[in-house]
Amino acid sequence: MKKIEAIIKPFKLDEVKDALGRLGIDGMTITEVKGFGRQRGHTELYRGAEYVVDFLPKVKVEVLVGDDMMENVVNALQEAAHTGRIGDGKVFVTTIEEAVRIRTNERGAAAI
Amino acid sequence: MRNERTPYRAGLAALAAVLLIPSLALAEEEAAVTVGQFTANNVWMMLCAGLVFIMHLGFATLESGLTRAKNTTNILFKNTFIVSIGILTYALVGFNLMYPGEGNGVFAFAGFGIASGPEGMGIGYADGGYTYWTDFLFQAMFAATCATIVSGAVAERIKLSSFMVFATLFVAFVYPIAGYWKWGGGFLDGWGFYDFAGSTLVHSVGGWGALAGALLLGPRLGKYVGSRMHPIPGSNMPLATVGVFLLWLGWFGFNGGSVLSADPALTSFTLVTTCLAAAAGCVASIATSWIVTSKPDLSMSLNGILAGLVGITAGADTVGVASAVVIGLVAGTMVVGAVMFFDRIRIDDPVGAISVHLVCGIWGTLAVGIFSTNPEHSFVTQLTGVAIYGAAAFTSAMLIFSVIKATMGLRVDPEEEMEGLDLGEHGAHAYDLALGGAGSGTTMPPSHAPMRVGAPVTVQG
Repeated sequence: MKKIEAIIKPFKLDEVKDALGRLGIDGMTITEVKGFGRQRGHTELYRGAEYVVDFLPKVKVEVLVGDDMMENVVNALQEAAHTGRIGDGKVFVTTIEEAVRIRTNERGAAAI
Repeated sequence: MRNERTPYRAGLAALAAVLLIPSLALAEEEAAVTVGQFTANNVWMMLCAGLVFIMHLGFATLESGLTRAKNTTNILFKNTFIVSIGILTYALVGFNLMYPGEGNGVFAFAGFGIASGPEGMGIGYADGGYTYWTDFLFQAMFAATCATIVSGAVAERIKLSSFMVFATLFVAFVYPIAGYWKWGGGFLDGWGFYDFAGSTLVHSVGGWGALAGALLLGPRLGKYVGSRMHPIPGSNMPLATVGVFLLWLGWFGFNGGSVLSADPALTSFTLVTTCLAAAAGCVASIATSWIVTSKPDLSMSLNGILAGLVGITAGADTVGVASAVVIGLVAGTMVVGAVMFFDRIRIDDPVGAISVHLVCGIWGTLAVGIFSTNPEHSFVTQLTGVAIYGAAAFTSAMLIFSVIKATMGLRVDPEEEMEGLDLGEHGAHAYDLALGGAGSGTTMPPSHAPMRVGAPVTVQG
């Protein structure tokens, strides 16, 4: 089982959700996060003074999938979240040791 | 439902008759005010007391909108306290310090507590303008307004107990004694100094207090680092905007009620000059901030509305319509410059209280000397009044703050300031900050605060 984390631009969330839905992924967790990469932040203006906002709002999407689906999901995520401009985000994949469905106590693949 | 309407309409007709007939009869003589007019006057004044009260709602929302969420409970607490202690101390001593009903000098006191006496309830009390109680309440609201100006400038770093002590002393003694010099019949009144609704007596006095506080407190941590200034953005612009509009609404009573009757000509004219100045102030601030800082700044535009309002307050009943617009335009321009000026000399004012109330309060007072249609008003007298009030208010505020600083301490610990005064002073946050609500950044300088009230994001499964 793999956990796929994608940090994306917030306004891309709906597109990403739809793209995952088309692959049959019907569950995910999202978190509002802040961050920056190589692009750093941007400059804002308040009462006549400029300041650099380093941490930009992003959304982190987490989904769990079977090993066989991982490649498709990663590709779909990358395409859906892509704008071509800096700050598009990143996708990370980690291996999951165990998953449990709390309601039924199912384990492993049945829990995803 | 028709049956319910009829008595209402009949009553309205009767009231109209009562009001109309006497005014026709008065067409040729300066007769005593009728019961109908007395009632109308008093109703208007009571309504104005309520409108001025609304300004506290405005200050509360404006100040919490322009400061960080981790200090919101603290600033709301200060605003809540000030209006309460203001009314109470005004009842205990303030009213009788400000309006002792005797003397024309520097100090007089008519005793502790409020009591209407036999005359206070009737037409004779104030030429049929209002009763004693209306008088007290309307004036009490003004007193509290003066004190609450200070809370914005000292926000986010002043010790709560220290501020409570200062505010109590300032509203109980400084404001009324100084106010006596003009409105209570004191010496400045005799010199011909004019302040219709309090550009000097309320706004600049509050502004001097704010300046003293900001000076002795020092800036917020992280605001001025090295040679750079790091802006500390407000946490809630909708709240700030609502606050300014509430203040504008309150000014209908602040200036409209300072006519001290429901005189149709004076009240309606005053409301017009007031609103024109507010609008002109806004437009001027928009233009100035756009030109000077390359983007139109909402908080500056809001300050511009207030600047125009403060500026017109000294002469709303005595300057022409075009002059009102000019006064507003100048005030709106000045306030932008003042905000940036105070930042340049490193006096940290989170909400621009000093720029709005002190600078534009002075401008409004001097503007009477320039634009007033009353030939008895003179620029020199206005300037004299400004100087005297400045010396008195600033000195007393510095004195009180200095004593507090030396004894109780004025400022919270740096750790508490970083954590937020809500936690340090009150043990409770205004917002649930755990999930990244507005302004929860504890890095230095503060990271960007998203402009929303901090409701946590939850995704229901």
